[in-house]
Amino acid sequence: MASKTIKVDYLARVEGEGAFKVVVRDGTVRKAELRIFEPPRFFEAFLRGRSYMEASDITARICGICPVAYQMCAVHSMEKILGIKVDDALRELRRLLYCGEWIESHVLHVYMLHAPDFLGYDSAIHMAKDHGDLVRTALRLKKIGNDIMTMVGGREIHPINVKVGGFYKVPSKRDLQSMVENLKWARDAAIDMVRFVAKLDFPDNERDYEFVSLRHDKEYPLNEGRVVSSKGIDIPVEEYDQHFKETHVEHSTALQSHIVGRGPYFVGPLARYSLNFDKLTPTAQQVAREAGLGKTCSNPFRSIIVRSVETVYAVEEALRIIGSYEQPEKPFIAAEPRAGVGCAATEAPRGLIYHRYEIAADGSIVHARIVPPTAQNQPTIEKDLTSFVADWLDLPDVELQHRCEQAIRNYDPCISCSCHFLKLDIDRA
Amino acid sequence: MSPRVIVLGVGNAERGDDGVGRAVAKLLNDVASDQVSVVELDGEATSLLMALDGAALAYIVDACVSGAAAGTVHRIDAHEAPLPQVSSDLSTHGFGLAAAIELGRALGQLPARTIVYAIEGTSFDTGTPLSPPVAAAAAAVAERIRSEIEADLA
Repeated sequence: MASKTIKVDYLARVEGEGAFKVVVRDGTVRKAELRIFEPPRFFEAFLRGRSYMEASDITARICGICPVAYQMCAVHSMEKILGIKVDDALRELRRLLYCGEWIESHVLHVYMLHAPDFLGYDSAIHMAKDHGDLVRTALRLKKIGNDIMTMVGGREIHPINVKVGGFYKVPSKRDLQSMVENLKWARDAAIDMVRFVAKLDFPDNERDYEFVSLRHDKEYPLNEGRVVSSKGIDIPVEEYDQHFKETHVEHSTALQSHIVGRGPYFVGPLARYSLNFDKLTPTAQQVAREAGLGKTCSNPFRSIIVRSVETVYAVEEALRIIGSYEQPEKPFIAAEPRAGVGCAATEAPRGLIYHRYEIAADGSIVHARIVPPTAQNQPTIEKDLTSFVADWLDLPDVELQHRCEQAIRNYDPCISCSCHFLKLDIDRA
Repeated sequence: MSPRVIVLGVGNAERGDDGVGRAVAKLLNDVASDQVSVVELDGEATSLLMALDGAALAYIVDACVSGAAAGTVHRIDAHEAPLPQVSSDLSTHGFGLAAAIELGRALGQLPARTIVYAIEGTSFDTGTPLSPPVAAAAAAVAERIRSEIEADLA
């Protein structure tokens, strides 16, 4: 009887907490459950009764790796309610801040979390002994992302400078220019990073996903656009709730999302890339081609290459924004609160994120809804695991665990951290 | 030119005794000079490692929980041994001081002398001050580091 249960317990004291359990009976994978203990649902309750001005600072606390994604969705939603549109240099600065987050988050994940999986190391520390230059480059690249966050956001983790209508304070042209030399170095380093990860060994695992991301007519999506999918969805964000539903499953405190009438879908770099290749910079497109990628990519293990391509894009976009920046006269557009409902979606490093708020006439928050990327990907991760484990059943348990962790890390989930700490229990019935 | 000596206070000031590293850094703000920098950090490993870059001597202060009495001070020379409780499979989000030191060691980037003061904490509740034994230890550690730096620079 080939019967085994692979169960990975969670460990507390990490940013997101998760575990996964795969049940195998008679050589067939019966169940794959990703357990996530995720905080956004508590935040939805924390926000009720607070001022609309506080949402960006409160939601920034949901994640230490992608606070900008939460902040941007919060302020964009509020601005829709208030009837203001943040444009020109202020919009560009927000995009720059987002580039900073993409750089630091992608570099952290590619080099420090995912690359050790591919290269056969337990951790970045072990990898550093043999690949010192790689880790040194990663640290320097990540710091450049952090520097953008500090310059535009006020500090590198949980930025404090984002405000409904713009920013509390805007940098001068000279402030931004001070980052140009480092960013030029970063562009070369990011290109090298694509070339490096392209040489890793990838399992041949093309999957049939429904990709979902934002799409904007002029730019690679970061902070706005229509919600589109590879199987025909093309809607304004206001219609998100009509097409995407969240349900509660017993094994996870995170809600699971699905497309109405269809099922699981995929958000994140692979989706963005596959739906927006034409909006990448020429350099990013070229290095992607050199790395062996087509205009779309549906092998989740190759997400490490796509993340690296997006890092090239983010660095180039940061350089473009800085190059044309003129300090705006006012750091924000003032507006009075009014009762209403507003929603927004932006592209967190790990995928589309959606917020919806209702505020009262005095500006207090009546209702908040936050749909983070990892919860949206959770059913797809489970499907991947179910499929992959079936092919890997002959592997030794240690190797099987390693592969499962690597497969989960393809999604750079907010539980990346817990996956590295996991202990595997194999229960042979 | 980077200062020769860096004092790093690590922790979260909003979480009771976890803020002891920062409290020690604040007590040592007056020793900051061209030669000595005093920095407070939340403990994220890559930032921590970048902060150490270029320093010849580092004094790092953080809270710890090893089961000893609250306020117990452990002085560890990072070049003599790894910090206790460093498991072999550390990750990055939860990747803290011990991992930063191991990464620095692997990269040959640790300051020539790296001294860690780990102060045993007892209460880590949100929004609480340092517990009395830990506050007393903070003052004592600040004086020890002050003396060490005076000797270093003499």
